[in-house]
Amino acid sequence: MKEFMLIFRLKDIEDFKPTPEQVQERLNWLAGIAAQNKLADQGNSLLPFPGSAKTVRPDSVVTDGPYTEIKEFIVGYIVVRTDTIDEAVAMAKENPIFKLGGNIEIREVLKHKGS
Amino acid sequence: MIALLCRHFGLQHIEIAEDIIGETFLKASENWAINGVSENPAAWLYSVAKNRAKDHLKRVTLFETKIAGNIKPDVTETEPDFEFGSEHIEDSQLAMIFAVCDPVNSTESQVCLALQILCGFTVEEIANAFLSRIETIKKRLHRARTHLRNSHFQIRGLSEANIKLRLDSVLKTLYLLFNEGYFSKTNDQLIRNELCAEAIRLTLMLTENPLTDTPQTKALLALMCYQASRLEARTNDSGEIVLFDEQDHSLWNKALIEKGNYYLVNACQGNQASKYHLEAGIAYWHTNPAAPDKWQHILQLYNQLIIIEYSPVTALNRAFAIARVYGHEKAILEAEKLQLNDNDHYHKLLGYLYETINTGKAIDHYSLAAQLTKAKAARRVLEKKIKQLQA
Repeated sequence: MKEFMLIFRLKDIEDFKPTPEQVQERLNWLAGIAAQNKLADQGNSLLPFPGSAKTVRPDSVVTDGPYTEIKEFIVGYIVVRTDTIDEAVAMAKENPIFKLGGNIEIREVLKHKGS
Repeated sequence: MIALLCRHFGLQHIEIAEDIIGETFLKASENWAINGVSENPAAWLYSVAKNRAKDHLKRVTLFETKIAGNIKPDVTETEPDFEFGSEHIEDSQLAMIFAVCDPVNSTESQVCLALQILCGFTVEEIANAFLSRIETIKKRLHRARTHLRNSHFQIRGLSEANIKLRLDSVLKTLYLLFNEGYFSKTNDQLIRNELCAEAIRLTLMLTENPLTDTPQTKALLALMCYQASRLEARTNDSGEIVLFDEQDHSLWNKALIEKGNYYLVNACQGNQASKYHLEAGIAYWHTNPAAPDKWQHILQLYNQLIIIEYSPVTALNRAFAIARVYGHEKAILEAEKLQLNDNDHYHKLLGYLYETINTGKAIDHYSLAAQLTKAKAARRVLEKKIKQLQA
């Protein structure tokens, strides 16, 4: 089994506050992975709001949020346990984030030894 | 019986207690083969075991005073005081569960050991409770005993910190003890009710001690109260299980449901939602069969439960809740992802979900379930279903 991190991105900060229906949809999706015993880490949400998000650049330049130069921002991640990346991709395809114009990046986790 | 002897012996001598029990049963089979089974076999066994234990103690005392005393004259081990940890944990059964839940062993091993030694579970029952293989459990128990013996554990005077540290394993032991009573395959209703009652008694004691009265403990007690409220209703006069939907609600014990509500409300302090909170929440909704959005709530609780801790049983129950909320087609999609192909309940669920959608597939799954199940009564029910579908 390999582990893959699913990294969620949104385009509109307003979409970060989900409706109760959206919460339920997301939870159904996440629990569906857990029900297959393939959820390695339920992950966390990453707050994109001013005061909760800053970026440090060379020469100690600090900007608010990650979203001054790019059009989309990371809102959270989870880690799944599957045999292949294709299986992780199939899981990602069922996530409701696409209804909001978001996207999901999938990355194989290379574990550092001794950690 | 082992637990009883351990109370007299002190836990250091678990193995001796077990040997004595073994000898006792041997003697029983010899004796009963010749003289017939005694009128009160349990009492007979106890008295033989007690005498054996006394003999053993005599020998040990003899050894210690006559022989060991000469070897190590200045080390006189004081006879263990049998008032286990009276400062902190009043009940001896409970004190021993805490003693066995020693962090020298992994949590699972602690719980296995407590179930075997103190709750009288067989290796097979433990394997069932943990959904593991018998060999795995045997090895785990063996290692756990060795560790426990080597760590020179003691029952008396567990510190506050130690009690808190061990509480999780103790709660898990009581949870499994209750479940064995509630879901056990044995048909002896009396034994089952006793296991449930003992689990409730011990959990109630934990809520009476400020050291162990945590939100989790209250949530576990709430769960037990809700489940126990249906004990009467879930078997019929001939001892067969009555399915939830067919139960006579007037047989539900209202007082226990009230108690469950009381403990669940009180368990909701702080922001920790343990597995016991979630399960108690599900059991609460089951006491409200008429609530319109009941299955929505139950599904959300199962969602959270499966994210906290994977178990095939939870996964299957969650799939059933999906069927109730979103319909059978959606539930089939979810259920088929589980791939629990060796699990009879998995095929039973799929058989049920396919009944109105694809009769052929329903029959296939019910047949697989019938092949896989170990319970004869369950197989008969499944075969009846298959016949109905074929007609």
